[in-house]
Formats: sequence, C-alpha cells, structure tokens
Amino acid sequence: MKISTTSLPLNPTQPRYALILVGGFGTRLRPLTLSWPKPLVEFCNKAMILHQIEALVKAGVKDIVLAVNYRPEVMVSVLKKTEEEFGINIHFSVETEPLGTAGPLALARDILGKDDSPFFVLNSDVTCVYPFEAFRDFHIAHGAEGSIMVTKVAEPSAYGVVVTKPGSTVIDRFVEKPVEFVGNRINAGIYIFNPTVLNRIKLEPTSIEKDTFPAIAADQQLHSFDLPGFWMDVGQPKDYLSGTCLYLSHLTSTHSPLLTDPKKNKWVYGGNVLVDPSAEIDPTAVIGPNVVIGPDAKIGPGVRLQRCVILSNAVVRDHAWIANSIIGWNSNVGRWTRVENITVLGDDVTIKDELYVNGASVLPHKSISTSITEPRIKRRESCKIDPSYYPH
Amino acid sequence: MSVSKGVLLIGGPSKGTRMRPLTLDCPKPLLPIAGKPMIWHPLSAFAKVPGLTEVIIIGFYEDSVMSGFIKEVKREFPNIGISYLREYKALGTAGGLYHFRDSILRPPVPQNIFICNIDICSAFPFQELLQLHSSHRGVGTIMGVNVKKETAQKYGCIVTEPESSLMVHYVEKPDSWISNTVNGGVYLFDKSEDPLVKPDEILRLEQDVIVPLAAAKKMYVYECKDFWRQIKTAASAVTANSLYLTRIQKTNPDFLARSSPNVISPVYIDSSATIDPTAKIGPNVAIGPGVTVGAGVRVKDAIILEGTNLEQHSCVLNSIVGANCNVGAWARVDGKPEPETDVKGQISVTILATEVSLAPETLVRSCIVLPNKSLNRNSANEVLL
Repeated sequence: MKISTTSLPLNPTQPRYALILVGGFGTRLRPLTLSWPKPLVEFCNKAMILHQIEALVKAGVKDIVLAVNYRPEVMVSVLKKTEEEFGINIHFSVETEPLGTAGPLALARDILGKDDSPFFVLNSDVTCVYPFEAFRDFHIAHGAEGSIMVTKVAEPSAYGVVVTKPGSTVIDRFVEKPVEFVGNRINAGIYIFNPTVLNRIKLEPTSIEKDTFPAIAADQQLHSFDLPGFWMDVGQPKDYLSGTCLYLSHLTSTHSPLLTDPKKNKWVYGGNVLVDPSAEIDPTAVIGPNVVIGPDAKIGPGVRLQRCVILSNAVVRDHAWIANSIIGWNSNVGRWTRVENITVLGDDVTIKDELYVNGASVLPHKSISTSITEPRIKRRESCKIDPSYYPH
Repeated sequence: MSVSKGVLLIGGPSKGTRMRPLTLDCPKPLLPIAGKPMIWHPLSAFAKVPGLTEVIIIGFYEDSVMSGFIKEVKREFPNIGISYLREYKALGTAGGLYHFRDSILRPPVPQNIFICNIDICSAFPFQELLQLHSSHRGVGTIMGVNVKKETAQKYGCIVTEPESSLMVHYVEKPDSWISNTVNGGVYLFDKSEDPLVKPDEILRLEQDVIVPLAAAKKMYVYECKDFWRQIKTAASAVTANSLYLTRIQKTNPDFLARSSPNVISPVYIDSSATIDPTAKIGPNVAIGPGVTVGAGVRVKDAIILEGTNLEQHSCVLNSIVGANCNVGAWARVDGKPEPETDVKGQISVTILATEVSLAPETLVRSCIVLPNKSLNRNSANEVLL
C-alpha cells in the first residue's frame, strides 16, 4: 500500500524556542552602553530586548536563548523578572570565543534542538513590528527548512539582496552589495528554522548569512517572507533615532493610546510624542515631532525638543533646545543650551547653561562647561573593554 | 589755569573697513558702544578736563553725517565748544591738524592741545596726561600702554627712559620686538613748539611727527595703567562694550540698568526698549532704542542695535545684532570671545548687519552676515553675503 506523504498534515508544531543574537558590548551605541548593557537600553521607553521578548511570547515562545559573549549581572537580574512576568525561561548562552552569527545556534543546540518544533532567530538590534505569528504560519505552510524575513529598501546597493525564484518565495541566491539592480529585498535579520538546520552548523565561527544560507538555498529549502511596515537596525545612535521616528509613526498610524494626545496637551507639536506618565513637562515647553521622554524626566519652561530621546530621570532646564540627540539617564542639560546633530550624552552627564553641543558623545558622569562646537569623538567598531567596567 | 583744546581724529568713510558690515549703515564714530556712540567716550572725558575750552572733531565724513551727533553733545556739554571740521580729502593723521591749525589755535589760544584717535577704547586719563606733561620740558607727551609681547609689533612701539619718562626711541609696527609699551593713540602737544608746521600733503602723526620728536628728545611718555584696547574690527566692539560698561558701573551706575535676578550687571538698556521680565540679560550687554526682547530670551556679551526684535527663548551670546534685525524663537546667535590675536580666516564674534532676519530655531555661530539677509539654515564660520 502506497502512503501519500502529501496527505500527512504539515508540521503543526508550535515554535517553542527562540534565539536572540545579542553579541558583544554594543560599542556602536556608546556612551549609553558604557553604563547599561545594550539589550537593556530603552527604545521608546522599553528595554530593546523586551520589545522582542514580548512579541515572541505573543507568538507562543516559551524558551528564549540570549546568545551573548558576556553576561552582566544586571541583565541577569532584570531578565529574571521578565521570566516570572511572562512565565518563560530565558537562557544565557555565553560564547567563550566569537562564533559569528551561526555558531551561537550550534552552541544552543541542546535547547533549540530539544524537539521537532521550528525556532526563531533574531538579531537584537533590529526594530520592526515583529509579525512572528504570520511568519510562523508562513513557515509552517511552505514546510521547507528555513524562512528569512526580508524588508524592502530604497537603495539596495549597500546591502545583501535576497533574490527569489520568479513567482515564488523560494530563495534562489544572495547578492552582496549589488552593482546593478537585482531586487530591493534585503535580509531583515529575523529567521525561523526547523531544527534540522542545526545539522548544517558546526560549533565554530560561522556566518549564517555567508555560510549557512547559501547552503540551505542551494537545496531550495529557504523561503523569503515580506516584512510589513517599518524596519531599522538601531545599533548606532543615528539609526536609533531614525528607528525611534519609525516606531513613533507606527504608533501614530495605529492610534496607539501610548502616545501623548496633542488635543489634550498644548505643548505637543507635530505629534509622534511618547512621554512616560511619571515625567514632568512644563506646559510652556514645545515638544515634537518625534520625541520620547522617559520616566521621571523633567522638562523645564520654554524648552524646545524635537527628534530626540530623553532617557529616565534626565533634566532639561529652561529654554534649552534639543534636536537629533539622545540625553542619557540622570543627565542635566542647562538653561539656553543647544544640543544637536547626533549628540549622545551618557549616564549622569551635566551640560552647563548656555552652551552649544554639536555632535558630541559625552562619557558617563562628565560635566561639560565649554561649548563643543564640532563633533570630536570618533567611533571605532572594535574597541573592547573589560566587562567589570560596567558600573551597574 | 592754562587753556587746553581737544582734537578728535575720526577718519572717514574709506577708513574703518574692518568694522564692516556694521559700518555699511552706521559711520564708525557713531557706532553705539555701551549705549553711546564710540566718539562720545573720549569726548565726555575731554569735557571733564579743567581748562579745556573746545573739542574739535576732524574727519572726512559728510557734515550731515556728524551734524545730529554734534547737536546732541553740544546740549549735553554746554560748557565747551564742539565743532566738526571736514577735510576735503584724507590728509593723514597729522595732515588734518595742519590744515585746520588756524581753527585750533584761534582764541582762546590753547597752551596744550590734546590729540586723540577714536578707534581706541580707554579710560582716557587726559588729566593725568596733562599733569605729567606740565612736569617736563618736552613739547609733547604720548599715552603709552602695555600690551602682550606677542602683539606689540602690531603697534607703534615706544622705548622710554624709566626715571625721566623721556621717549628714547619710537618705531611704527617694527619687524622685530622692541618693547611692550605701545602708542595708545592719545597725545598732548605744546602750542609753543608747534609740531604742526609741516606743509606736506600727507602728514602722518606717528612717522612724520613723533619719530623726529623722539630723536630730538622732546617727547615724553605717560604710561596708562588703566584699560586700553584698539577698536579696529567689529569683534573688538564687543570687548570695548564690556570694558566701557564695567567702567560706567563705577563712574555713573545710574546710566545702567539696575541689577536683578534677570539683569546681571553691567547692562545698558535704552529707555525705549521693551524687555520681557523673564528674559535674562547680561553681563556686558548694551540694548539700543526700540529693541524688543521676548520671553525667556538670553543675552550676554552682546550689543543689540536699535529696532531689533529678539523673539522668545532666543539666545544671543558674544555677538553684535545690527539695527532692525529679527531673531526668531529659539534661534541662537553665538560667537567666540574676541581672541587676543586675530587668526586669518577665523571669525570669532558673530555680526548680524542691518535688517537680517533669522528663522526660528536656527543657529548662527561665528558668522558675519551682511544686510537684509534672511537665514533659515544653520551657519557656522562663514561670511554670509
């Protein structure tokens, strides 16, 4: 008797596991990450990683592996609370040597490969609407080994472009930094795999993009899923601010009650303003568009804020003007001070009255008493510091 | 008491080009500094000298340019004669003196003649100068001032014999360092040994008069210990403004705005200006007639000329804002303090000329903005034509 395989139900197993590629020290987001591990840095008033954890929990995930190459105590204790709140398990999978983007999957094999259910893999720096349920349904429906979320970009030449077979979601090939137009869908850094993929990855430094994906695609086992809505890698301050704008616009378009209502608050200008209820805003301030104000922050009279993020407990004093900048926790911006051009103040920075701060990255606990008229600190990708430096 | 007369050398429209763009609309001698025209400061010091009967202003500006000011100061200083004598062309610093010698020497015939350039900011210690002059047998006394060694060679350098105050050597802008004592631009001459008898076409006070007198051991030096600055560039007007305001705070505090939490002395505010009580002003600020300063505005180390409007929360630091400008809400006009020595190609103090309009929230830093410009972008270290 011949048994038709197609009559078998598709793999109905609900994904229970997810791996988030957290990685290193978040040097690109310094000076914020000098005081606070990157996954805990707030994005729109919520720890970056919590946006992802909440979306995963919503999609039924019960076990989340954080692939890290260090494990700060503060992260362990914060996520302990998250575990309890959501009734999930959070595992720290600590690399002793860099394993690239695929090696961490092999390292976490015991959890990810526990049963036959597919698992999610996420890059921690990515913000989007995280449509994990639709992604899961798509993956289960096509039944192949892996799925990649893709997002459309205007200028694909700087990225790796995903090319599918005509009229299909099956990925044909990847073109790194194409010189001529081959498509505008790029890897959004969010994947779902069947556990069989673990057989393809050795416990050694491996790139998921360069090594693993081409191999799966060669077997025609990799599909692409169009990510609806916005997408941004928020790993560095400039993109963190752009991502904030995108997220706030998304909240506006979904009429989110989280946003401050301009009709009820005269100080909101142009909308897209997210203010923690515990923040104090002087009614003579003018705030917006695209502003996030964290818990217990204080905004003084006549302050003007736009396209900026004020983290918790920061104080912006009278008549200050801030644009395109991130004001770190517990920082203090003086009266009539102007801060702009991707300035990032670390934790507990004080900027004196009447200064001009242009494109500065100010290290934690510093006090600035003369203007910084030109950007000074150069960002380097690969400088590492001792984890014990973290003061928290 | 011997009769003295004061001569103020003000130059003309072709001079003072380094004060542009301010002098495009306002002749340099009349540029308001600490609430008064530049020329008023030496003139008022002359008026205090016992026995000084007359001040003669020599320059080559049109009579009409000076007539309003002359009328005003005649009213303010009724006890001295004040007149403006116009050179038909630039005659050099001493040429004008020679040309108008008859007017200067007419009765009452002066025993002493003060000569003062107006492109300096000083306490003008004319009486002390006169005292020293009366104590020696030379024909002239020059006011010497001490400057930093690095800058001395930009000026006329003086070597003095310390005990006698006799000038032993004078070189205008020497190539190598000679001394830190330089020509402060204020002189006193005896009428008797008339130094003004050189009928050359162009007569320069420094090279053609002082140098030979020094060689003849007939020049003496009064060393001024009080403040002194040149007012050559627009940026130096901000420095002069703060020096004069600080001095007025001691000599005539009622002329200035009263100190308060939002007025940090010294500040001059014209009586016709409108200042919101939440604006914070000073120190070292002069605000001209008809100026409007909005709520939450900050002004420091600045000169705001007449009719200008500073909208709410705007901030003006180390700058000169010309007449009838409009600075939008949250805009920032910002400069660096005048440096000790000018660096070529670098602008320190921001200057907005007449009728410049700055859009809300824009920044202008270390710029020179020419008249009638509307700015709606940030600018730094630029000359905006």
